[in-house]
Amino acid sequence: MMTDHTIPVTEDELHAYVDNELPAERRDAVEAWLAAHPDDAERVASWRAVSAALHAKYDAVVDEPVPARLSVDALSRTPRRWMMGAIAATLLAFATGGGVGWVAHGANAKPSMFANITGDALEAHKLYVVEVRHPVEVAGSEKTHLQQWLTKRCGWEVRAPELDATGLKLVGGRLLPGPTGPASFLMYETASGERFTVYAARASTETTQMRYAANDGTGALFWADRGVGFVVSGGADRDRLEHVARLVYDQNEKMGL
Amino acid sequence: MSNDFRHSVETMIPALRRYARALTRDSDIADDLVQDTLVRALRSEKLFLGGDLRAWLYTILTNLNRNRRRSLARQPTMMELHDTTADASGTEAEGRDISRALATLAEDQRAVLLLVVLEGLSYRDVADIQGVPIGTVMSRLARARAQVKAVLEGERPALRRVK
Repeated sequence: MMTDHTIPVTEDELHAYVDNELPAERRDAVEAWLAAHPDDAERVASWRAVSAALHAKYDAVVDEPVPARLSVDALSRTPRRWMMGAIAATLLAFATGGGVGWVAHGANAKPSMFANITGDALEAHKLYVVEVRHPVEVAGSEKTHLQQWLTKRCGWEVRAPELDATGLKLVGGRLLPGPTGPASFLMYETASGERFTVYAARASTETTQMRYAANDGTGALFWADRGVGFVVSGGADRDRLEHVARLVYDQNEKMGL
Repeated sequence: MSNDFRHSVETMIPALRRYARALTRDSDIADDLVQDTLVRALRSEKLFLGGDLRAWLYTILTNLNRNRRRSLARQPTMMELHDTTADASGTEAEGRDISRALATLAEDQRAVLLLVVLEGLSYRDVADIQGVPIGTVMSRLARARAQVKAVLEGERPALRRVK
């Protein structure tokens, strides 16, 4: 016997029916359809049997005692030793030399990807940290807009990290030309006017450890993470720079999730 | 770190362990995934700008597992050896069958099936977790169900016919 419902029931609706996602007004139609279509009714029954089997197999996990290593207290106390170690192990102070080529040390120095990115970042840093009236294109008060805009233009997720712990507030950001495409440039400053910048551009290397370079009273820490090169530039105080860079690194780690 | 946030994360641990166990079918790997998920979540509290904490945690776990699978991709696939002796009792045998059926699914299909069926997430949430349109979630779910049904029926035709 045929039912006289005008809208035929789709397979998606059968799934939605089983998963309680079906709009209430379609419920009667689906049930009438199932009464008239034993094949579909059998499929729906088999899906329910799969659900029952999954719950029978895995629900017991919920009642198991949580292992100590998953305790939230223990996990939030764990210091990030590996990161500190990584920085300590790889901090390389480069001899200072003039110009952009300072990263590309040695005779075999065809400018590396990092030399380009870090060089561009440092140029931008020096150019804009002295700028009083127009240091940025979009102000930090429009953070959401700034992040959306830079993300859209750069093609990776641009997030302005929270650096309050170091007294640094977001001044704002700019879009810049990078070595191989757009680059994002964020500026921070303290109440006393100390400025740091966070520069990011597409890198040819997936991931590298953190490295240090200094030139003319300006220090930079740079690394690559998931194909994006980051450069944090600030003053000559290396401990402070490391502290800031670590915060930036930590917060970027969340991205790509 | 706010106690509310921590407490909310904590209450999710049992369900995350269930999802991870079904996703990997290995209790050690599953708890490793949960641990990594918690570490990331706890570190990123400041980045969690409100919204659905539950969906966020499932997102982290799903992505970590995908990364893990990718890193294993070049290694030979290890298949568990199953004991399918006829005298296994009904529930036990069924449990083995369902986990074997899960093992035959493509990664994204398995995640959809488990998030919807086992964890009770909405299609909308699953679409957000996987970063795909709802239509893709629906087709993954349909394929997963068809595949699991085929495996279960193919392997245990006699028992299917009993009822």
